[in-house]
Amino acid sequence: MSPSSVEHTDQADQTHRRDHSFRLGIDVGGTHTDAVILDATDRVIASTKTPTTEDITTGIVQALHAVLTASQLPPVAIAYAMLGTTHCTNAVVTRRELNTVGVIRLGAPATRAIEPLLTWPQDLKRVVGVRHAILHGGHEYNGEPLSELDEQEVRQTARAFKGHVHALAVSGVFSSVNATHELRVREIVEEELGADIPVSLSSEIGSISLLERENATVLNAALMRVAQRAMQGFEQAVRQLNIPATLFLGQNDGSLMSLDYAVQYPIFTIASGPANSIRGAAALSQLRDAIVVDIGGTTTDIGVLHKGFPRESQLAVEIGGVATNFRMPDLISIGLGGGSRVHPEEAVCVGPDSVGYRLQTEARVFGGSQLTATDLAVAAGRIRLGNPGRVQALPKTTLNKGLDYIQHTLEEYIDRVKLSADPVPVVAVGGGNILFPDALRGVSEIIRPEQAGVANAIGVAIAQVSGTVDSVFSLENLSRTEALDQATALASERTVAAGAAPDRVEVLDLEEVPLAYLPGNAVRIKVKAVGSLKTV
Amino acid sequence: MLQLDAPAIQDIAVGAAVLGTGGGGDPTLGRLMAQQAVAQHGPIALLSLDELADEEWVIPTAMMGAPTVLVEKIPSGNEVIEAFQMIERHLQCQAAATASIEAGGVNSMIPLVVAAALHIPVLDADGMGRAFPELQMVTPTLHGVAATPMVVADEKGNKVLLQTPDNQWTERLARTATIAMGCSACIALYAMQGRVAKRALIPGTLSLAARIGQTLRTSKQTKPIQALTGLLAGRQLCQGKITDVQRRTEGGFARGELKIAGAGSDAGQTFRLSFQNENLVFWRGDRPEVTVPDLLSVVDEQTGLPITTEALRYGLRIAVLAFPCHAQWRTPEGLALVGPHYFGYDIDYVPLLS
Repeated sequence: MSPSSVEHTDQADQTHRRDHSFRLGIDVGGTHTDAVILDATDRVIASTKTPTTEDITTGIVQALHAVLTASQLPPVAIAYAMLGTTHCTNAVVTRRELNTVGVIRLGAPATRAIEPLLTWPQDLKRVVGVRHAILHGGHEYNGEPLSELDEQEVRQTARAFKGHVHALAVSGVFSSVNATHELRVREIVEEELGADIPVSLSSEIGSISLLERENATVLNAALMRVAQRAMQGFEQAVRQLNIPATLFLGQNDGSLMSLDYAVQYPIFTIASGPANSIRGAAALSQLRDAIVVDIGGTTTDIGVLHKGFPRESQLAVEIGGVATNFRMPDLISIGLGGGSRVHPEEAVCVGPDSVGYRLQTEARVFGGSQLTATDLAVAAGRIRLGNPGRVQALPKTTLNKGLDYIQHTLEEYIDRVKLSADPVPVVAVGGGNILFPDALRGVSEIIRPEQAGVANAIGVAIAQVSGTVDSVFSLENLSRTEALDQATALASERTVAAGAAPDRVEVLDLEEVPLAYLPGNAVRIKVKAVGSLKTV
Repeated sequence: MLQLDAPAIQDIAVGAAVLGTGGGGDPTLGRLMAQQAVAQHGPIALLSLDELADEEWVIPTAMMGAPTVLVEKIPSGNEVIEAFQMIERHLQCQAAATASIEAGGVNSMIPLVVAAALHIPVLDADGMGRAFPELQMVTPTLHGVAATPMVVADEKGNKVLLQTPDNQWTERLARTATIAMGCSACIALYAMQGRVAKRALIPGTLSLAARIGQTLRTSKQTKPIQALTGLLAGRQLCQGKITDVQRRTEGGFARGELKIAGAGSDAGQTFRLSFQNENLVFWRGDRPEVTVPDLLSVVDEQTGLPITTEALRYGLRIAVLAFPCHAQWRTPEGLALVGPHYFGYDIDYVPLLS
C-alpha cells in the first residue's frame, strides 16, 4: 500500500465523520427564531436570528435555510436537530387549539372531597371541558389497592364521554407507586373508543400530589393536537430542506425528548425556554456548576446551574392559571438592565424603570437625555459605545455611586440563589452584560462568553436525554437499599427509552425524604438520570 | 353570628399557616375541601364559645397522619362526617357544633367540611392555638378531658372506636390505626359539653386566623410584619438571611436547625432556630431566647407570608417572629405537656414578653 493511498483514506474518514456529526439547535421565541449549528465538540459553527412566523413551518424553514447558508454545510451533515418552542405554553395561555378532555379519576370513594378541575379558571374549563368522573380504583402509599377497579364502570364512563371529548386524562391515587389501574383503564378506553382518542396517564406525567398531577395530565391531553401540528411542522421543515437528522424537542428540565415522545407528552415542553438558556450558558462557559446571570435591557434573570442542569424551583408552577407539580428552573428576576434609568439623587439608584428598546435613542451616549446604566458603563470605560464624550461631564460621585449600586444589587441577588457562602463562578450572558464589574463579592470568577445572544438555541442543541422517578416506597417488604436500587433502575430505564445510549446513563440526583408524622416505614425517593444520545 | 364563605376560608388558611409555626401540614388541601363544601352546602356559621350553651355538645374533628399521603389520597369528605356522627351515636347526643382541635395548619380546615355538610356551626376556638405533633398536646388534656371516645375513620368505611385510660394511649393506638388505614385518616375526638369547652378550649382562634390572613392580604404595600406582630401581640426576633439548614430524621419526625445571619438592625449577629416539624427554640448566639410553647413563625421578610420548615433553604431573606402562646400553656401542667423538656431540650421555659 502506497503512503499516498493511506493519506487519502484518512482524509476520507475525517470528511465522513465531519459530514455527519453536526447538531442544529432552533429556539422559536415570541419575536425571533434563533438557530445555531454546533460541531462534534460543541463549537458554534454558525448562528442566525430570523423573525418568528405565525405558521410554524415557514419560520423554521427560514431559520434552517439561513443557518445552513451561514455554515456552508450540506444538509446531510446535520445528524441531530433540536427544537425549543413555547408553542404549547402559548396555546394554554391563549386557550387556543386545545382539545376537550374527559377526566377519569381512580380513587373512589376517596378523593370526592375535591372534584377534578375545581380550581381551574372558568374560561379554560369551558374550552377543555367539564366532563369528569371519580371511579373506583387507585392505590395506597404502599401499592396495595385502595379499591378494586370496576371495569364495567370504566366502560360505561368511556361510552358516556364518546362524541364529547377529543382526549382522555386518567389520574389514579398513588399511581406513581402502582400504575396498573391507570394502564388497564387506557386499554379499556381504547377498546371502547378506538385508538384515535389519545389517553394520558398521570403516572407518566407527574409526581406525588394528586390534584397538581391530575391538572398536568389534563393539560397534556388538551395539548396533544396542537403538539402534533407543531411536531409535523418541524418535521416538514427539516425534510423540506433535505436534512436527514434525528429530531428532538427540548423539555422543562433542560433535557431532550424524541418527537414521538413529545407528541404523547407535550406538557413537558412548557417550561423549556429558561432551562435552555441556562444550559446554553453552561455550554458556552464549559462549567457544570455556576450561577447564570442574564442581563437584558430591562431585567436581569439569575439562575443556577447545578451539575450541568438548571436548579429547580421549590415552588410548583402555575400554567395558564392552573397549579401543576412541574418545577421550573429557579430564577430570580430583578429590574436592572442596560436600559435602566439612573436616578442621581442623594442615594443614587439604578432602575427598576428602563428606557427599554428605546435605548438606542434615549441613552446619553446615543444623543438622548436619559442617564442609563449603559451610560455608566461607557463613562467607566468598560465599553466604547456611541459618543463617550457625552458622559465625560458626569460627576464622579454619581458615577461611582451608580456603579456601586449595580455591583451591590448583583452581589445581593447572586447571594440569594447560592446554596452556601462559598464563592462560585458566574456566567454573564445577555446584551446587558457590559454592566458587570470585573469582580464581585462571593464570586470566584466572571465569565462572559461570546455568542451569549443565542444561548437558548445552543442550550437545546447540546442537551442530553433524561429519565426521572418520584415515588413513595413502603419499607415493609423492601429494604432501604432495595428501594433506592429499584428507583435508580427505573430512572435509567426511562432515560434509555428517551433515546440515551444504554452504556452512557448516569444518575444525576438522588433524594430520599422520609414521610413526616409517621414511623419510618415509608420513604419518598426522587431520582434523575441523564444520558448522552445514541451515536448515529 | 359570622358566616364563613370561600374568601373567609382563604384568609383562615393563610392565618392557620402562621399559627402552624412551620408545621401542622399545608392548609391548602383542606382549604379546597372546605371551599368545595361551602360551594355545595352554603356558608358556615362561626359560633363563639360564649354562644355555646353549657349543656350543648361540641365534637372536634381533624385529620391524622402524613400530609404527604393526604395530598395524594384526598378524603372522600364522608369519613370525617361519619366519625363525627359515630361519636354522637355513642354519646347519644346531638352535637351543636364541631370545632378545630388544632388551629395551626390543615386541621383548621377539616371541621369546616363537617360543619358545611351537616349545616351546623363551627366553634371559634381550638385546643392548641397553634400546631403540635401529638394528639394529647391539647389544652383539654390539662382539664382532664379525655380524647376518647374517639373515632378513627377511613374512606372505605372502616371506623375504629377507641376508649383509653389516658390521652397518651389514645395517641399510640390512634396512630397505629391511622397507619393501617393507609397513613391518613379522619378523626373525631375530645367531645365535650359547653361548660367544659369554655374552660378547656382556647377562644377566638379561628377568627384570629381569619384576621391574620386578612392582615397579610391587605397590608402587602405597607408593613405586613409590623401589622402581624401588632395583631398577635408578638415581636420580631430577628431579620436576616438563612445561611445553613440541617435536617435529620428521628423517630418519624423531621428534626433540624436553621442558622440565620442578621441583616439590617440585626447585622453582625447570628441566630439559630431548632425545629421538629414545628419551630421549637430560637437562639440568639448561644442563648435560648424563645421556646415552645410560645409561637415561632418564619416569614418572608417582604410579604410576611409564613414559610414551612420543609421550604427553608439557604439564602432566603426572612424574619423570625414570636407570639405568646395561650396562658394555659404557661402553667406547670401545660409546660410538662408541651414545654421544651418534653421535646428533649434541657432548657427552662421563659415566657415571651409581649
